[in-house]
Amino acid sequence: MTTSTGSQPVKGRSRTLAQQEQRQAYRLLAIPILILIILILFPFVWNIVLSFQELRLIDLGDLSLRNLTFTLDNYAKVLGARGFGELLRTTVIYAVFGTILPIVLGLIAALLAREPFRGRQLFRGVLLFPYIAPIVAVTLVWKTMLNAQFGIINVWLQNIFGMQPISFLSTRSLPIEFLGLEFKWPVALTMVILFQGWRYFPFAFLFYLARLQALPEDLYEAGKIDGATLTQRFFRITLPQLGAVTAALVLLRFIWTFNKFDDIFLLTGGAAGTNVITVQIYNYLFGLSNVGAASALSIVLAGILAVLLFVYFRWFYIEEG
Amino acid sequence: MTRESWEMLIFGRILRWIGIVFFFVICAFPLYYMIMLSFKDVQVLLTNPANLLPDLSTVWPPKTYLDVLKPVSQGGQGFMVFIKNSFLVAVVTTAITMVVCILAAYASTRLKFRGKGAVNWGLILVYMVPAIVLAIPLFVMYSQLGMRTTVPKRLTALIIVYLSSTLPVAIYMLRGYFTTIPVDMEEAAMIDGCSRLQTIWKIVLPLSVPAIAAAGLYVFMIAWNEYLYALLFLLDNPKSWTLSLGVNQLDSQEVPRTMLMAGSVIITLPVVVLFIVFERYLVGGLTAGGVKG
Repeated sequence: MTTSTGSQPVKGRSRTLAQQEQRQAYRLLAIPILILIILILFPFVWNIVLSFQELRLIDLGDLSLRNLTFTLDNYAKVLGARGFGELLRTTVIYAVFGTILPIVLGLIAALLAREPFRGRQLFRGVLLFPYIAPIVAVTLVWKTMLNAQFGIINVWLQNIFGMQPISFLSTRSLPIEFLGLEFKWPVALTMVILFQGWRYFPFAFLFYLARLQALPEDLYEAGKIDGATLTQRFFRITLPQLGAVTAALVLLRFIWTFNKFDDIFLLTGGAAGTNVITVQIYNYLFGLSNVGAASALSIVLAGILAVLLFVYFRWFYIEEG
Repeated sequence: MTRESWEMLIFGRILRWIGIVFFFVICAFPLYYMIMLSFKDVQVLLTNPANLLPDLSTVWPPKTYLDVLKPVSQGGQGFMVFIKNSFLVAVVTTAITMVVCILAAYASTRLKFRGKGAVNWGLILVYMVPAIVLAIPLFVMYSQLGMRTTVPKRLTALIIVYLSSTLPVAIYMLRGYFTTIPVDMEEAAMIDGCSRLQTIWKIVLPLSVPAIAAAGLYVFMIAWNEYLYALLFLLDNPKSWTLSLGVNQLDSQEVPRTMLMAGSVIITLPVVVLFIVFERYLVGGLTAGGVKG
C-alpha cells in the first residue's frame, strides 16, 4: 500500500491517469468488497443451500460440498408446523405496533423539545438513554421492574390500586371487562411492544426534532396572522411537512422490528404468546438442533420482507406518479 | 378567552409540561432503579421492595460490585474476564473498521472508477439484510473452519462479523462528511508530492475529526452492546464470554437480582460515559446511520 504513488508521473507512463486512479480506488476498496462477498453474499447464498439440506447440528462436521442434497422437507416442515399461522400473526402484530408506537412517541417528544426551555439539553440527553444503553442491561431492568414478587411496577399497582401482582412477561392473556364486553388482553405481547416504544422512540425523536427545527419560522408567522390557532398550525402547517421523515422512519423501523431477535428473546424468550419468526429460527437451530429448518425459516423471513418492501416501494412509486 | 389562548394554555403549558416530565421520568427512572438496586442488599429488596433508596452500607465498600468482579475461584462471578473480552473485541473492531472505512469512503468520494454505483448499492443492500439470516450460515461456516474452539479464535470470529456488520453505516457516515471537504487542499498536497495515503493521513483525517469520532463511536457501541452473534459464537465457552452475554447468562442461574443490576451498570457505564463526553458528535451519528436495531 505504501508504494501506491498516484502522483508520480514516471510510473504511469504506460497507463492513463484515469486508469491509475481506477486501480487505486480498487486497492482502497479491496478489503470492504472482499468482506462483503465473503461475509454477506456468500453466507446468504450458502443459507439458501442449507435450507434444502437435511442437516442436524451434530452432523455439521460431515457437511461438505460433495454430499449436498436437495429436499423441500424443511420448507414443508416450517410452513406446515402447527402454530405457523400464530407465529406469522404475532410477528406482524409486533412489527406493526412496534413500528407505530416508537414513531408516535418520538413525534410527541420532538414537539415537546422544539421550543427552548431550561434544561432542554439535559432533557434531550436523558431521552437518548433507552436507545444507547446495551440491550442486555435494559431488558434486565425491565424484567426486574416487572417482576411479580419485588418489581416496582407490581409494588405500585398493589399499593395504589390494591391489584393482585401480575407476572407481566409470562402471562399470555388476562380477561378484561370493558364497557360490559369481556375480551382477552395479551399481556406479554403488550409488554414487548411497549418495550419497543420505550427503546426506539429516541431514534424517531432525533429525526423529528431535526426536521422541526429546520421548518421556516415565517410559515408560522403567516399562519398566526391568518388567525390559525396552535392546533390548526400543527395540523395544517407542521404535520404536512413531516411526511418524508415519517415515511423513512416507518420503512426503517418496520424492517428492523420485523427482523428483531434480541428484544423478545431477552425479555420473554418467545414464551406467553410472544413467539416471533426470528426467535423460532433460534429455537429450530438450538432447541431442535435442526439447521436445515432454521435456514428454511430464515429464508421465509427474508422472502416475506422482500415482498413487503417491494409492495411498499411500488405503492410509493404509484403515489408519486 | 380566545380559542388561541385556551390552546396555548392547555397544549403550550399544561400538557407540554406534563409531557416533558413524563418522558423524563420514563427514561431516567429505569436508569436510577438499576443503579439503586446495585447498591442494595438483596434481603432488603425482598422484604421492602417499595423502598427506592440505596443502602448506605453497600455503597462503600461497594459489596455487590466486588462480588461480581471477583474471580469464580474466590466465589465471585468472574466479571473481569468478560470486561477484558468486551474491551478487546470493541477496541480492535473499532480500530480495524475505521482504517478500512476511511480508505473506502475516501475512494468512493474522491476517485473515479467503474462499478462505483454497484459498490454503493451493495453497501445499502448489506445494511438491509437481517442479522438472523446471516447468523446461521456464519455459524455453520465458523464451526467448519474450527473458529469456535479456542478463546482467541472465537473472539476473532466475532470481530470479523462486527467489522462486516458495521462497515456500511460507518462508510456512509464518513462519505457524507468527506464530500463536504473542498478538494483544493488535497490537490495542492498532491502537487507538492504527497501520495494518496499521505494526503489522506495529513489532509483528510485532521479535517474530518467530527465524522471519524461519530463513526468510531457508532462502531464501538455496536461491538460493545451486541448480543446475538456473541450468543451464537461464544456460548459454550464461558472464558470467551463478552459482558453482554455474561451478564445475561447469570440471569438463568440462582444469582441475586442486585448482582444482575450491578452487572447491567457495568455494561452501561462505558456507553454512557462516551455518550456524555462525545454527545455532540454522537447525535449526528445516530441520525446519519441509526444504530441498526
